[in-house]
Amino acid sequence: MPLETLAITVLWIFLYGYLIVASIDFGAGFFAYYCNLTGRDHIVNGIISRYLSPVWEVTNVFLIFFMIGLIGFFPDTAYYYGTALLVPGSIFLVLQSLRGSFYAFAHYGARNSKAYQFVYGVTGLFIPASLATVLTISEGGFLEKTGDEIVLLTGKLFTSPYSWVVVFLAIVSVLFISASFLTYYADRAKDTAAVKLLRSYAVAWSLPTIFASFLVFLSIHQHNPEHFANMMDVSWMFLLSFACFCGALALQLKKRNYGWAFILVMLQFAFAFFGYGQSHLPYLLYPYITIADSIASPAMSQALVIGLIAGLFLLIPSLILLMRLFLFDARYVEGRPVRK
Amino acid sequence: MELDNTMLARLLTSLTLGFHIIFAAMGVGIPVLISIAEWLGIRKKDPMYTLMAKRWVKGFTVTVAVGVVTGTCIGLQLSLLWPSFMKVAGEAIALPLFLETFAFFFEAIFLGIYLYTWDRFKNPYIHWLFSLPVILGSTASAFFIMTVNAFMNTPQGFTLENGSIVDIQPLAAMFNPATPSKAGHMILSAYTVSAFILAAIAAWKILKGNKHVYYKKALNFTMVLSLIFAIGTAVWGDIAGKFLAEYQPAKLAAAEWHFETKPEAELILGGVLDPVTNEVKYGLKIPYALSILATNTPTGEVIGLDQIPRELWPPLFIHYLFDGMVVIGMYLLVVPLVYFAYKRWKKGEVPRYLMHLIIWGAPLSMLAIELGWIFSEVGRQPWILVGYMKTSNAATKADNVGEMLILFFLLYTFLAVVCTLVLKRMFKNKPAEAEL
Repeated sequence: MPLETLAITVLWIFLYGYLIVASIDFGAGFFAYYCNLTGRDHIVNGIISRYLSPVWEVTNVFLIFFMIGLIGFFPDTAYYYGTALLVPGSIFLVLQSLRGSFYAFAHYGARNSKAYQFVYGVTGLFIPASLATVLTISEGGFLEKTGDEIVLLTGKLFTSPYSWVVVFLAIVSVLFISASFLTYYADRAKDTAAVKLLRSYAVAWSLPTIFASFLVFLSIHQHNPEHFANMMDVSWMFLLSFACFCGALALQLKKRNYGWAFILVMLQFAFAFFGYGQSHLPYLLYPYITIADSIASPAMSQALVIGLIAGLFLLIPSLILLMRLFLFDARYVEGRPVRK
Repeated sequence: MELDNTMLARLLTSLTLGFHIIFAAMGVGIPVLISIAEWLGIRKKDPMYTLMAKRWVKGFTVTVAVGVVTGTCIGLQLSLLWPSFMKVAGEAIALPLFLETFAFFFEAIFLGIYLYTWDRFKNPYIHWLFSLPVILGSTASAFFIMTVNAFMNTPQGFTLENGSIVDIQPLAAMFNPATPSKAGHMILSAYTVSAFILAAIAAWKILKGNKHVYYKKALNFTMVLSLIFAIGTAVWGDIAGKFLAEYQPAKLAAAEWHFETKPEAELILGGVLDPVTNEVKYGLKIPYALSILATNTPTGEVIGLDQIPRELWPPLFIHYLFDGMVVIGMYLLVVPLVYFAYKRWKKGEVPRYLMHLIIWGAPLSMLAIELGWIFSEVGRQPWILVGYMKTSNAATKADNVGEMLILFFLLYTFLAVVCTLVLKRMFKNKPAEAEL
């Protein structure tokens, strides 16, 4: 496999990791807010905060890995995306900053403040929407290059049906993934009331997710036919994705094996996300940047790969330790005192 | 000062960095103090030290959150505001930027574990061990970022050929001549500011009339570390001065208002510069001191601005920034020494005025860091990558930088206010003695 393909695959894996972990975080915040509005927060808040407390800081890092890795392996992206995304990127940063800091502030300050709940809940939907917009831009048609200047055609972005469909998909996916995970977590915590409520959310958001996926297919066909043709070439991935979705939904409807249901949801998104990524190649930004043209020098690429492998050797055991202590330790999850 | 894209980009970058650096410095230094305190608590079987660690880590999570959030901002703003620079720099110095994320991730994981496993292990040392990766991760983060800043000052590890970057050596780029002095000085100053902030809290409580021995122990502990770290910072500052003399004489000459290349150079503190005659009036002139700083001998030759083309002179006002930083550095050395003098010779009776001085050490040390950074960045002008790229050629050509400046100014103001309120509320009506 050529180096540039290896590099983008690794980065895509990081982005997938962020997709799953951050979706759980975003969705949890939204559900907490929604339950607060509808008077059912007592049911879910314990579960949500017990999960989020040790893990929230870790989710953001996946995204940063992807962004820094992208610039490291494909420096041209810094120039194109950096210039074009000044305003949307800054808005993302502000939303991210509010969310990130609010979590810490609320944990020790106004946990029950309506403002906190609102910000945490609403940024949970706005942030995935804004990030999905970057993928939209990567499809092409929204940037104008004149000489050295790159301009984002915001008008076009706001009026494009493809753009809105992607935002819709991002939001419903977040809610579906999050509800699926939280149902599993609540089940492990033996919190039946929370399981019932969260399962109902998972089922509720399942069909809109598939519906949104179909809409994305339709609109990509119109917006970037080349990409659509590539997607058809790897249609088996999307079919597998759909199969996993059906399996997950079946288990959730049957009210059992929530852990397996969540794994199937993860696989559903893995197949779809990698199918999308594979068919996006060779373009990182249609039509200006291809992976072959913009890959960093062999010396830097090699250094980054070594750094990456060394980093993973450090991180994966650390993450396993973290998960053993907080996700898989039944006593912690059930809220019972833990002492070894 | 023309408010073109370059100036606006510089303003926004310095706003973000100026805000970030305070929280980042605390993020690097406070874990060291927490770890030592916890260790002392276990060794001496003294729950007061353990309580110090417990309370400090609670407040720490709030400052880390703001540090993370502002760090994400500068991480992205590098590309949003300086796309031409990042495209070029990315080719040569992407490695430490990449490694920094790993270092931070490592730190974040273990901070989470440390926070939530206080009473989870029978052997108290196990919990203490989890503080070590936090220190390792945060210090490594600082190191990696400093190599990037160092690279901007003394670039190496690549060749510019016909407008393309070729022959890249990532490790040479990282370990460039500026790296040792910059990394060491910044890390030690982060440790220093953290020690002074925690000392100030203890001193404040004592000043307010808290007589509990917890605060006396906390003050003593933090004063010891403040002194050690302040000495370290000063020593490394001296190393940095020698580095500048050899590799970036323009920055040192501008900082010192040293116009004439000569041996036996004097050091000028303060003063007013006559822009026409380049004469300094009213300053305190210390004979031989600049030569000693630059070369360790009073007769060493120090390069003056006469050897630098006029258009490459950094702005000369950095002299005041440099002097301010150094004067505060001296203050941070003297105050702990006076404290210990009282403890040694006055049987521990520390007067109120000294408590005030200790408390002032916190904002002054933060100010020193800001002054040092502004000095370093402005002192590098007109270059963003010395010898290769001027700042004016690196800024984004996109519109709306001005609006983004206002947006982030509002964000940071909001974060600063809420952070302060949350920290106050966290410990309000929860004095340490109640937990003992």
